[in-house]
Amino acid sequence: MTTNSDHIPAQPSATEDVPTSPAKQVLRMLWRDKLAFFAAVFLILVILCAIFGPMLFEEEATRQDLRGRNAPPFDFSRNWLFWLGGDTLGRPLLARIIVAAQNTMMVAAGAVAASLAIGTTLGLIAGYSGPRTSQVIMRLADVIMSFPSLLLAVIVLYMLAPSVGNLIIVLAITRIPVYLRTSRAEVLEVRERMFVQAAQVMGASTRRIVFRHILPIVAPTLITIATLDFAFVMLAESSLSFLGIGIQPPEITWGLMVSQGRPYLTSAWWLSFFPGLVIILTTLSLNLLSNWMRTALDPVQRWRLEIARKKHG
Amino acid sequence: MKSFLGKRAIASAISLIGLIVLVFFLSRLTGDPTALYLPVDASLESREQFRELHGLNDPLIVQFGTYVSDLVRFDFGDSIRRSEPALDAVLRAFAWTLQLALITMSLVIVTAVIVGSLAAFHVGGVFDRITTFFSLVGASAPDFWIAIVAIVLFSVNLGWVPTSGTGTLWHWILPVAVLFIRPFGLILQVVRGSMISVLGSAYVKTARAKGVRNRPIIFVHGLRNAMLPVITVIGDQAAALLNGAVVVETIFGFPGVGKLMIDSILQRDFSVVLAAIFVTAVAIFVMNILIDILYAVLDPRIRY
Repeated sequence: MTTNSDHIPAQPSATEDVPTSPAKQVLRMLWRDKLAFFAAVFLILVILCAIFGPMLFEEEATRQDLRGRNAPPFDFSRNWLFWLGGDTLGRPLLARIIVAAQNTMMVAAGAVAASLAIGTTLGLIAGYSGPRTSQVIMRLADVIMSFPSLLLAVIVLYMLAPSVGNLIIVLAITRIPVYLRTSRAEVLEVRERMFVQAAQVMGASTRRIVFRHILPIVAPTLITIATLDFAFVMLAESSLSFLGIGIQPPEITWGLMVSQGRPYLTSAWWLSFFPGLVIILTTLSLNLLSNWMRTALDPVQRWRLEIARKKHG
Repeated sequence: MKSFLGKRAIASAISLIGLIVLVFFLSRLTGDPTALYLPVDASLESREQFRELHGLNDPLIVQFGTYVSDLVRFDFGDSIRRSEPALDAVLRAFAWTLQLALITMSLVIVTAVIVGSLAAFHVGGVFDRITTFFSLVGASAPDFWIAIVAIVLFSVNLGWVPTSGTGTLWHWILPVAVLFIRPFGLILQVVRGSMISVLGSAYVKTARAKGVRNRPIIFVHGLRNAMLPVITVIGDQAAALLNGAVVVETIFGFPGVGKLMIDSILQRDFSVVLAAIFVTAVAIFVMNILIDILYAVLDPRIRY
């Protein structure tokens, strides 16, 4: 590693070993921040579980074995799927956590993707169009913002019968204003810049200016917020499932698993503990990664990650 | 300022009306409470009587008309379950939630501001890293999980505090502590970030050059200017507390508005649900307006 201790980097590419491909550059920056690196590794693991978990472990996760009811964790003599113990029907807890990753991730990813797409589009329109359209859209955001969102979700889900689809819709609606406000605020600033004027002068259509010139500038901020929001939505889904109005058994999510283990708290603490721990680790990873992205995607701050740390301490 | 407040009040009123219409019709879709309240072998006549008594036989639109005309007189109807005015039940519960939120929020603000400012003073220092990490953990943890782990640890195993209910001071410790964690983590992060940028500004350097001590620089020069973004987050978090206490109240058997609401939804006690939503929404509106006013008070540059 190069240590240029008294050199204050003004330019991001101040070090001599400039990586060639952008992917390599990102990986190198990620490696510099160890916490963010491990967060990324953990998230990739979770995503792999969400995609392949049900395919590989569905059978193990539902096979009951009443002799192994509430098997204690850390019994390494058994199959590795039982290392985190067994649940009240003797099903391996680890396998269930892996399988539950799919529903948990699907709800969060669906809600974030939907609110990101809708919120950003509305925000771009509000930011670039006239005051009247903008006013209507912003008032809409105010209305959604002022609703007690969790309470509303409770009612709507109780009415609509809780399912993955409905859960995604409810959570997405409550998160739209976040993206709407951010993208509008950014557009208001960006639209005054020179390159937008240049594009206008060259005769670019409004749609082209908004989606090809402005959106790429706004995107990094939005993606950072989306990462953070993913954690928030995951917690909200877990809370709803915990209250019994989210995902319904026999489907499982991590929040539901915590809730199912609650009656056995004093006799089998692991039933609630491990699913909750996985929730914490996932949201923590998302938070750490979002923090890293905030620095990495900001041209003013990026040098902090690009140069080697002067000293450890 | 006055016209601004007027505009805000009108906008809030419109959202409130929308909210009431939405919740009214949605809640009627959940089904007939008759089956839930009368015994299975109740005669047709008594079922009919029950529906008639609670106005469930009228067409939906008539029910809505009656409801709105009562609402204008602040009459939210009676709770079917409790046979008392719905608003009374809600206000009684809301007083509990408000106390819980107020105590938690004051503790959060005081500790987060002090710890966050100190962390910002040595960016990258040991204290900064430890607090940043723990505030991130706090902001990441699901409160229901913390609540049940805390119950097992402190109530069941150690026996220090009661598991649920209210009555003594000891009953408050766990709910407040669990509610404390997430807003503390979030607000601390914002205080820290805001402080870092303020402490790097020119007037702080001037103060330093004049020989002002560290403590006045942090808590007088810095904090005052760093508070604005913090107040936005405090407002968001306080609103989240008001409607997010549902989970914690349910777990700890705390007689707040969140628990009342979940119970009422499960019991199809519509008038209580509507009253609870209404009261919570009004509280959030009032708080948002208070925060806007606070902005203007704290920063003379802001004029509405």
